[in-house]
Amino acid sequence: MSVTAIKEYVGVPLDVVANFHGNQLLYVAWDRHLMYAAPGIFGAAPGMKFGDFVAQTLAPIYQGHPDAAQIDWSKTEWEKGDKPWTPDFARTVAENGLVHKEFLRFRTPGLNGYMGAGI
Amino acid sequence: MSTVFIAFQATPDARPIVEAILADNPGSVAVENPGMVKVNAEGRLTIHRSSVEERIGRAFDLQELHLHLITISGHLDEDDDQFTLAWRN
Amino acid sequence: MDMKVDKKLSLKDRYRHQTRGLGWETTYQPMDKVFPYDKYEGIKIHDWDQWEDPFRLTMDAYWKYQAEKERKLYAVLDAFNQSHGHLNVTDARYINAIKIFFSAFPMLEYTAHRGFSMAGRQFRGVGTRVACQLQSLDEIRHAQTQIHTASNYNKYYNGMHAFTHQLERMWYMSVPKSFFDDAITGGPFEWMVAIGFSFEYVLTNLVFVPFMSGAAYNGDLGTMTFGFSAQSDEARHMTLGLECIKFMLEQDPDNLPIVQAWIDKWTWRGTRVLALVAAMMDYMLPKRVMSWKEAWEIYFEQNGGALFKDLERYGIKVPDCVAQATVEKEHISHQLWAAMYQWNFGTAFHTWIPSPEELDWLSAKYPNSFDKYYRPRWELWAQMEKEGKRHLNTGLAQLCQVCQYPMIFTEPDDPGKLCHREVDYKQEKYHFCSDHCQHIFEREPEKYVQAWLPMPQFYQGNCGGGGVEEFFKWVHLVPGQDNMDFEGSQDQQNFARWKGMATSNQ
Repeated sequence: MSVTAIKEYVGVPLDVVANFHGNQLLYVAWDRHLMYAAPGIFGAAPGMKFGDFVAQTLAPIYQGHPDAAQIDWSKTEWEKGDKPWTPDFARTVAENGLVHKEFLRFRTPGLNGYMGAGI
Repeated sequence: MSTVFIAFQATPDARPIVEAILADNPGSVAVENPGMVKVNAEGRLTIHRSSVEERIGRAFDLQELHLHLITISGHLDEDDDQFTLAWRN
Repeated sequence: MDMKVDKKLSLKDRYRHQTRGLGWETTYQPMDKVFPYDKYEGIKIHDWDQWEDPFRLTMDAYWKYQAEKERKLYAVLDAFNQSHGHLNVTDARYINAIKIFFSAFPMLEYTAHRGFSMAGRQFRGVGTRVACQLQSLDEIRHAQTQIHTASNYNKYYNGMHAFTHQLERMWYMSVPKSFFDDAITGGPFEWMVAIGFSFEYVLTNLVFVPFMSGAAYNGDLGTMTFGFSAQSDEARHMTLGLECIKFMLEQDPDNLPIVQAWIDKWTWRGTRVLALVAAMMDYMLPKRVMSWKEAWEIYFEQNGGALFKDLERYGIKVPDCVAQATVEKEHISHQLWAAMYQWNFGTAFHTWIPSPEELDWLSAKYPNSFDKYYRPRWELWAQMEKEGKRHLNTGLAQLCQVCQYPMIFTEPDDPGKLCHREVDYKQEKYHFCSDHCQHIFEREPEKYVQAWLPMPQFYQGNCGGGGVEEFFKWVHLVPGQDNMDFEGSQDQQNFARWKGMATSNQ
């Protein structure tokens, strides 16, 4: 039973992509950088180049971090849904196969947070 | 055996109740924290109405405990004469 | 009506008359139509007369003692208010813990009042119904006494003026609200396990005992008094919750797996909600009675442990989530406060960086985790503040679909990695902070797909419009007054000024 109820019950999901006015959601975490307490939630147009998403939406969030200036985005390593994944920065969000509410996590090799402590 | 406990507000009315517990339950220990006193006992703890009455010099209804009580732990068994908390393990 | 009573009835007799003599088997309509909601959850009850309330509280005694408690409480509140007791708290920072408490609890107590009214109607057993009715009355008393206690603070300090409104709209309030919404939309037996057992028995001790003792320690007589006065009712509520568990387990062996699943679910949901209290205890009380970890060990591990051991006879197992909760006691308060610090532009209370002395206290209380994972965070942020680069996280947080917390919790075996779980259900992705929240979702996905998650709602434009300014207006948060840092806040300035007036003739 998908819910304990007195009769057949079907829930209405509140966060389907149709509710986002043409955008979709992406969730992104910077691995080993817990200065940012949780993965971020971001809106993105499916037709936006992934590189533009990174440069315009993602990077500004992290600019206060001591490691931020040294991030080489071309060397970042990514996971999608907790599995290894390689983005194509020149292609769009949709062309990269990123669906609504996709969870991404990126690593910045050599940058392990403030004092190397994962912060 | 597991610990049972009962905590009261640290008030003059609660003091004779705590004294009765400590006298009637060998090994029970009172721990004081700001505003409260918590009595711990191994496995079992009983409050006897007669013992409280001896200390306060008047009739005492065990349900008056509600006025001073903060919290309890353990299964409760209560009647007119005694209030017992116990674990069965 | 004149009644001649020869001899006073015993406690047991009085209770029996009230809870057995007042019920009857209906004849005009079948019982199942009169009580249509106490079977669909699958719990089998063969003999409702086996229900016993160990406190055996009857109506006359209830009113008598509750009235006396109220008189005592309001005498203290009146004196506290009349003498400007708020100026006797250790430090105005403390009042921010009170803001969180009073923003959440009265409305949750009110929901509990509604829930027990409903359960009291839904159960066919008279003893059970009477117990629910009394608890329903207690819960509305708690809502009222909390609002009265808060009203005095609200006269002088910011952030408390819109608590009814903010329960529905403020992003972090969705955490406790979703807990109660989840409980009240279950059936009556699940409600009893959620609130009566997990919340009351296993968890409220942590809110109302060490935290209220902390209020006493910080000079807040009003909060201490209502807190302990409420907890004296909780002692009865815990007994009711435990009684309900025993009753279900003794009635039919088929009830065991259902009860176990509820205990697993609600122990975890309650544990998650309490992370807020953990941060309040470790970071917001200027004087501390004990650390969150110590409170957890006394009230959850020892007390809850004794309880679970006791329930083994019925086949109940310690919930799996307890292992993770045991690991997390070293971390959650720090993770929570760090989150509040970086998102405090969106909170109706102030935050601060712990002082060097407080950092040392935290190091001493958390030798296994604080210096390694959390102290460097605070030192970095203190340094950044000094350089005029105060760290704010302008990225909004991903939320867990079930507990609705920002996904701030780390992997149980790796405190350096944010924990994330995801599930595809009907072509839609759902995300969770932990295995346990994921399992709760998987058991009843149709329930949780409907979650009103504040951050996605914000992105949908449903929180006042598109931007942060509209959000502030919509949530009734006054920017620059209710939010941001304690240092430099109006609260801080007013407290210092009034305190000066109270201690000098200027």
